Amino acid sequence: MTSVHELMDYAEVIERFDPVLGLEVHVELHTNTKMFCGCANVFGGEPNTQVCPVCLGMPGALPAVNGTAVESAIRIGLALNCEIAEWCRFARKNYFYPDMPKNFQTSQYDEPIAFNGFLDVTLDDGSLFRVEIERAHMEEDTGKSLHVGGSDGRIHGAEHSLLDYNRAGVPLIEIVTKMIPGTGERAPEVARAYVTALRDLLKALDVSDVRMDQGSLRCDANVSLSPKTTGELGTRTETKNVNSLRSVERAVRFEMTRQAAVLANGGSVTQETRHFDESTGSTSPGRKKETAEDYRYFPEPDLVPIAPSREWVEELRGTLPELPWERRKRVQEEWSLTDAELRDLVNAGAVDLVAATVEAGATPAEARSWWVAYLTKEANARGVELAELGITPAQIARVVGLVNAGELTNKLAREVVTGVLEGEGEPEAVIEARGLKVVSDDSALEKAVDEALAAQPDVAAKIRDGKVAAAGAIVGAVMKATKGQADAKRVRELIIARCS
Amino acid sequence: MTDLIRSTAAELAAKIASREVSAVEVAQAHLDRIAEVDGAVNAFLHVDTEGALKAARKVDDDIAAGAHVGPLAGVPIALKDVLTTEGVPTTVGSKILEGWIPPYDATVTRRLKEAGVVVLGKTNMDEFAMGSSTENSAYGPTRNPWDLDRIPGGSGGGSAAALAAFEAPLSIGTDTGGSIRQPGAVTGTVGVKPTYGGVSRYGLVAFSSSLDQAGPCARTVLDAALLHEVIAGYDPMDSTSINAPVPPVVAAAREGANGDLSGVRVGVVTQFSGEGYQAGVLRSFEAAVAQLKQLGAEIVEVSCPSFDYALPAYYLIAPSEASSNLARFDAMRYGIRVGDDGTRSAEEVMSLTREAGFGPEVKRRIMIGTYALSSGYYDAYYGSAQKVRTLISRDFDAAFATVDVLVSPTTPTTAFPIGERTGDPMAMYKADLCTIPANLAGNAAMSVPSGLSDEDGLPVGLQIMAPALQDHRMYRVAAAYEVARDAALGATVISGVPQLAGAR
Ligand SMILES: [Zn+2]
Repeated sequence: MTSVHELMDYAEVIERFDPVLGLEVHVELHTNTKMFCGCANVFGGEPNTQVCPVCLGMPGALPAVNGTAVESAIRIGLALNCEIAEWCRFARKNYFYPDMPKNFQTSQYDEPIAFNGFLDVTLDDGSLFRVEIERAHMEEDTGKSLHVGGSDGRIHGAEHSLLDYNRAGVPLIEIVTKMIPGTGERAPEVARAYVTALRDLLKALDVSDVRMDQGSLRCDANVSLSPKTTGELGTRTETKNVNSLRSVERAVRFEMTRQAAVLANGGSVTQETRHFDESTGSTSPGRKKETAEDYRYFPEPDLVPIAPSREWVEELRGTLPELPWERRKRVQEEWSLTDAELRDLVNAGAVDLVAATVEAGATPAEARSWWVAYLTKEANARGVELAELGITPAQIARVVGLVNAGELTNKLAREVVTGVLEGEGEPEAVIEARGLKVVSDDSALEKAVDEALAAQPDVAAKIRDGKVAAAGAIVGAVMKATKGQADAKRVRELIIARCS
Repeated sequence: MTDLIRSTAAELAAKIASREVSAVEVAQAHLDRIAEVDGAVNAFLHVDTEGALKAARKVDDDIAAGAHVGPLAGVPIALKDVLTTEGVPTTVGSKILEGWIPPYDATVTRRLKEAGVVVLGKTNMDEFAMGSSTENSAYGPTRNPWDLDRIPGGSGGGSAAALAAFEAPLSIGTDTGGSIRQPGAVTGTVGVKPTYGGVSRYGLVAFSSSLDQAGPCARTVLDAALLHEVIAGYDPMDSTSINAPVPPVVAAAREGANGDLSGVRVGVVTQFSGEGYQAGVLRSFEAAVAQLKQLGAEIVEVSCPSFDYALPAYYLIAPSEASSNLARFDAMRYGIRVGDDGTRSAEEVMSLTREAGFGPEVKRRIMIGTYALSSGYYDAYYGSAQKVRTLISRDFDAAFATVDVLVSPTTPTTAFPIGERTGDPMAMYKADLCTIPANLAGNAAMSVPSGLSDEDGLPVGLQIMAPALQDHRMYRVAAAYEVARDAALGATVISGVPQLAGAR
């Protein structure tokens, strides 16, 4: 089903409405085991191989809380500047769905483990925007339904469905923002920047793989419009299936232009769940429910309350790593970066990589030049994240070292790096296999120089007359003859020696 | 053979350990008895002949090899069909789980096996433990060995009847609102609901998680205590199980058997008498209290006014939790599947399966619970019921500040005729009037036979309640009372069970 949307021009949307955002992010923790049982918590795997009576919801099976997941939840809460509950419970969220083994989700309801926090988000121009956090709570993931025979993998039109419970019971933290007003035209950017900041934070905490493509970080974007004339809050929609940072921005922008057109035509926005389509960049309504869902929450009687002692909370606060924004401030000072340089570095997602390269022996300038300039281009060309490019900071540092030692020219160095990216092994192996050593044998060079001088006698004469600048042409010829493997500086020295 | 099936568990264990009789002989004697009488009683839903004999042989081999065995090694037991048994069918008395073979053992099952207790099979019960007569079983009612036209109590009627019919010397029941104690009372057997959290619920198919508690059933107080110590104790698989030493119930039962209760303060709950109580039951209760006094106990009257609200609170909390616990029976992973003909959606198949698989009482409670939890009604129903629960706990706390144990009749009447209350749920629910408070508060309670009612000759139960984790207190009182009662009667209560048709 494709529906044609009438959309309002974005500038007009901003002129007439104030957008209000709300973002719900689900994070899968990468604990060794699931939330309530001992099954392995690993992405992928043959369907229904990481299951047991507990996560299959077998009759009689009971949950037992994963202590590491609670610890991660508290650390996330602390990093988000939240208060940590002194006493809280799990609750059952009751609804029927085949991929949910117990037909209730063990979650938290009115007693989340963390609440009332904020996250300062850096926008593209370097300015900060504070997003208030309502709560972060613990819950379990559902299994996965695979709808077979339909056109687009959705349940509509499917002939049958397959169920995989490997993901059932994987620990999730749901992080919910308060309403985010006051973003104006930057609403889509704020949404993306918030999810980016959250992703970096969770990565620094080492609690999740935060892979949006694998679903370990999932974002639902709530959007509503408030007409500037009345200032009244609008009806919100909740857009799901937003699977990349770019999609977050696109989905918010699309909903703003769609809702504005609906309102401008005298219609009203329907409160509903919508589905983001990556290929068209548009949203469409989810499955219609005839009645409002009543989840009949009540405290989970199979689990005892969680009461983290203040000592434990403080102990966990002590385990918080340097948080991304603190780190950024520090590297800016240490590496003497301008705001613009820092922004390029951050936008390239290269702070950690540059830092690790510096740690491995390169200077900040050398490391930045590789990661931000050269490798970012390579990553974009290959459509992968910088960190997944297939070259390590240590390898870059070694290549830099070889250049400084005069064993590689910059041009050769790039070729070595390309070889590593193509999977040809360590830099040293690439040099060996491709024969990329600088030609440092003077007798071989002298022969090439003599040949070049003989081929261009008029240039040779000029040099002998003291016009040293003319040597450039001979250097070029020698470099060409040696396929770029000579050290240009040494070649120049030899030419001048020969002509004096 | 008759000797073996009428022996106590303690006697059997001693004879097996000393190799006077083999565990295989004991198991076979009980299997033979089941074959003889269970057609009339219907206490068992499944008899695991092969598994029982194999387990018994293992015990015999271990003893022959000089291995150290537990105090109940080789003694047969009947398990209520609400506990999972690996490789052996578990139905919870419901059609919806017909044919399900669990892939795992409940912790109670595992502990019994590890102790060398021989599992004979699975006993009949009200579907999902919802009922007080075992008439709600999808597999036909169990009959009371004292009078086959009467109910054996419920929901654990099968476990109680198996004891009274001498089909097993021990059984396991579960008690959510009285499902161990009330069947014990109406069959003249001993039934114990331990402190909530005292016995692991892992592998116990949930009815109402905050109330369910598995416990021992036996024909003597000492046998119940021996079984209690085998199954009790902390289990990390059950978050609500208590991480504390098991109360010393066997020692308490042995101490009580000395017949001295001096210094023990016994509180008689004034709320549990009057209208709705059978006269013969009250007379039996009064006689029991008089005997406790003769044993040296100090008797005082105790008022627990909130107990009057226990029944309505229970019938909100238990169905609420059940409505959620039973949601998992959806035809996706286990049990029966109805209407999956390739044209219907998962939701339709789920709905048809639940329609066909659940009986009327289960459906009634799912609907009550769903309603009580729904938004807009939660505070008035589930919320208020939880407040009542707190008040009941406070009544218990106040009472136990002045007395060591509380006593009452276990159930207001003796066993009623099969069919008498099936059309009147409220009348059925009242069978649990006296037992429910202990479930709501989570403290320990048990029923011990107090003889027969003088008007109908049917067994009556004396309920003894103790504070949480003080289970040993009630065992001491029960054991002392048991000795005095038998001395006064000149025989055990259970010896009065009539010969069953078909039995030799
Ligand atoms: Zn599992």
